[in-house]
Amino acid sequence: MQYLAPTTLDDAVSMLAAQAGDCRVLAGGTDLLVRMRSGFAEPDAVMDIKRIGALREITTEDGGFRIGAAVSGAEMAENAALVAAWPGVVEAAGLIGSTQIQGRATMAGNLCNASPAADSVPAMVAAGAVARLASAAGTRDVAVEDIPAGPGKTNLKPGEFVASIFLPARPARSGDAYLRFIPRTEMDIAVVGCGVSLTLDAGGTCTAARVALGAVAPTVILVPEAAQAIIGTKLDDAALDALAAACSAAAKPIADKRGTVEFRTHVAGVLARRAATIAKTRAGEQA
Amino acid sequence: MALDTKSETRQFTVVGTRPLRPDGIDKVTGRARFGADMTAPGMLIGLVLRSPHAHAKIKRIDTSAAEAIPGVHAVVTRADFPVIGDNDFIADILDNCMAGEKALYDGHAVAAIAASSGAIARKALKLIKVDYEVLPHVTDVDAAMKPGAPVLHEGRANETVPEGMSSNVVARYEFGHGDIGAGLAGADRVLERTYRTEATHQGYIEPHACLAQMGPDGQADLWCCTQGQYMVRDTCAAILGLKQGQLRVTASEIGGGFGGKTTVFLEPVALALARKSGRPVKMVMTRSEVLRATGPTASSSIDIKLGMTKDGRITAGFAELRYQGGAYPGSPVEFGAMSAFAPYDLDHVKTVGWDVVTNRPKQAAYRAPGAPMAAFAVESAIDELAKGFGLDPLEVRLKNAAREGTRASYGVTYPAIGLEATLRRAKDHPHWTAPLGSNQGRGVACGFWFNFGGNTCVSMNIAPDGTVNVIEGNPDIGGSRASMSMMAAEELGISYDQVRTVIADTASLGLNDVTDGSRVTFAVGLATIEAARDAKREMCKRAAMVWGIEEDAVEWKDGAAHPAGPNAGSHPPMTLAEIAAIASNTGGPIAGHYEVNAEGAGVSFATHMVDTEVDPETGAVKILRYTVFQDAGKAVHPAYVEGQFQGGAVQGIGWALNEEYIYGADGTLQNAGFLDYRIPVASDLPMIDTVILEIPNPGHPYGVRGVGETSIVPPLATIANAVSAASGVRMADLPMSPPKVLAAIKGA
Repeated sequence: MQYLAPTTLDDAVSMLAAQAGDCRVLAGGTDLLVRMRSGFAEPDAVMDIKRIGALREITTEDGGFRIGAAVSGAEMAENAALVAAWPGVVEAAGLIGSTQIQGRATMAGNLCNASPAADSVPAMVAAGAVARLASAAGTRDVAVEDIPAGPGKTNLKPGEFVASIFLPARPARSGDAYLRFIPRTEMDIAVVGCGVSLTLDAGGTCTAARVALGAVAPTVILVPEAAQAIIGTKLDDAALDALAAACSAAAKPIADKRGTVEFRTHVAGVLARRAATIAKTRAGEQA
Repeated sequence: MALDTKSETRQFTVVGTRPLRPDGIDKVTGRARFGADMTAPGMLIGLVLRSPHAHAKIKRIDTSAAEAIPGVHAVVTRADFPVIGDNDFIADILDNCMAGEKALYDGHAVAAIAASSGAIARKALKLIKVDYEVLPHVTDVDAAMKPGAPVLHEGRANETVPEGMSSNVVARYEFGHGDIGAGLAGADRVLERTYRTEATHQGYIEPHACLAQMGPDGQADLWCCTQGQYMVRDTCAAILGLKQGQLRVTASEIGGGFGGKTTVFLEPVALALARKSGRPVKMVMTRSEVLRATGPTASSSIDIKLGMTKDGRITAGFAELRYQGGAYPGSPVEFGAMSAFAPYDLDHVKTVGWDVVTNRPKQAAYRAPGAPMAAFAVESAIDELAKGFGLDPLEVRLKNAAREGTRASYGVTYPAIGLEATLRRAKDHPHWTAPLGSNQGRGVACGFWFNFGGNTCVSMNIAPDGTVNVIEGNPDIGGSRASMSMMAAEELGISYDQVRTVIADTASLGLNDVTDGSRVTFAVGLATIEAARDAKREMCKRAAMVWGIEEDAVEWKDGAAHPAGPNAGSHPPMTLAEIAAIASNTGGPIAGHYEVNAEGAGVSFATHMVDTEVDPETGAVKILRYTVFQDAGKAVHPAYVEGQFQGGAVQGIGWALNEEYIYGADGTLQNAGFLDYRIPVASDLPMIDTVILEIPNPGHPYGVRGVGETSIVPPLATIANAVSAASGVRMADLPMSPPKVLAAIKGA
């Protein structure tokens, strides 16, 4: 097995393009190394992107944030401006693994691992995040919800990898939140996850919203009906009931060792209601 | 208090203090050597090929392609082991370590390879061709008992099993006294309910590991992680046809066992590979192998009939217990049937236990094996009846509590015991009256364990500079080196720092039974004290020689020999160090010994109390507060005793809430890893408060009782009672995982 460690993006895309065999991109490695160690992945080459300076940075761009693909969850949590603007995205990334894992795990890796239960992905989808993909042909921007194709599969083309994630600028009175259900309190995988991002007007009426669910379908799903249920409302009980019902209706989970269909369907609604309430409070605090 | 009448009014100086643990620095620096830390020159790596089927006939195994790989030194299958003719116990262990005619569960070993590297062994493993004929399987205990269920073995039922039952039912046990019908007739209410528990794994952090070597002369050495090196020696010798004295087994440091390391899995296979290859062979299990192929405990299905008067007197108790212990006879249902009603003084009590085999891994002991499930059923039923009558559940238990002189449901008459003391202390504790919020509930339950003594051999060597070594033969799994050093120091009248306790290999000390039954602090402690007394007698003899007086005119106190009695004369006392320094001139080295098959272990009781909060929208259960009240007899090192109380409670919390073996429709284990086999993590738990009671055990010189197992008996019912109080629905099916609790709330 070959270990590649480019120091520039240009080198990285050309190295990746030159690989004939199975080459995996290594960011934090908290999924890839585990898969290799347990024999589920036997790549011919691994390309480590952590030595590319630009991919280790969080920069502001058009009022939003560009988060390099090799930025860890811990680094995100230490960026005060990012935490203030996108607390839900940061807390979702912060749920991945233990304190030690947080020093390595990245949102880009979490996205490309393509687990329907990935914690940061529903939060990114709710946030309207956009992934910038790099390849020898150049770069292209793709909405985060369009990256996963199914469990363990992405829509990335051969020779292409995620270089950064962009979180857009926030209007005033905006807030986001991510909640997951796990049987324990940490070190676990989402049985259901829900991200909500919303914006209020001066009177407290919701003017824009995005709602995403994890672990209830083969990929993380954006639920426009759930957003519609709260847009134009003040997130009163009736609106939250409609939001919960829309999420439960959109959930198409499987029954497995982690939960039954009934449980996941019900809890999707419960989490949506709770996450929306937190997002509303955060939006109000930003007035 | 009457319970204290048998206590020795002894003032301890070392026992009861909390010195630093002797293995602490090694363990925090990584210097401690566990099972996987041993290497040998020329060592090979051994790996096991395991059945992907729950139940299959092994028609043929072709190892030729694997053997042709360069670097592969040996491949073994069952054909490489002798036939065990007349010993079902050993034959079952061998069959579990290496399948014979059939693979009996997902993960059952069918072949093993030793190769010069792990990569070569992994590659070669894939080249072993096994021709399986897949058979119907059964993993549920009630399903396995039904006529027509897939049968694992014919002809294994013993004479206790009535004709006409499924061949999977292999033994029946019955205990009790009185007349259940008459007792139930005297009740104001009779509760009948069925309770179920899932199999749980001991969850020790260190996977099984060993290093084996065997020369052409038949002399063999084995280094392994085990709860009993003598058990490993005797079992491997019987399986491989070796002489016990030719196989030396050394126990490594142990990263947890909880009963699960009281048998062998890899060790006979590693020895067989070492014999065949002529090279040392190391084997280390993965976590997946640990979960699939080592012993979890039994799953259970239990019917209870319990009668109670409206003032809380239990008029009769009946339990029918069905335990599956995996693919071989030996589920712990007998202990379940014996212990179910052990905390109570009942006129009419009966238990019937059924031992059932299924297509699951062979169960191994797990901390008070068989008792937690039985206590879950009985203590849940008592709680439900007490609450139905509006009675205080602690008062109901006090009203029915077993005391000194009570005839236990399993036949013995109790000496001084501590159940009542734990209940009274629980009732007086601030936890019992602390306020509860909405969706919160409090539960209590009691538990019992027998405890054990057994074969024990200890030596004590006095070094010329007056320091002392205690040599014992049980791995230190719960602080026994500290406890032995403390008891030796106490008895010799010297400081804890002057004593170091080491664990001997099987060639260096006589037989010591496996570390089970919470026996070590009791039995090895007893032998350590007696070995110290033996050494003291010798040291008094040496002092008498120096002083030119009779031996019986010398007594030992405060760490020195003193002249005593009318004819002793006047001599300055000789300290242990002074006597040791001149030992060469007074008869040679000084040592003490003691050998015993110890009895009088002293039963142990506990009462647990927990507050839980249930999320009515998700079914999630949070443990808010937990207090353990347990009789330790005498706590030698209270910090370790508290650790045992806390550890049992935590394992019980896991068993009650989220731990379970989940099987797919194909009979394969779905959650063979710590992600989906959910033991509690630190953030799931509050500080577990402990209250140590000391009702001395008359069978031990210092009053010690075993403490390691009782603490896992009450939690299942304690938590179920609290969750039932918090949610308003009775939870009779473990684990109380969120989907199950939510479904119960929605169905109520």
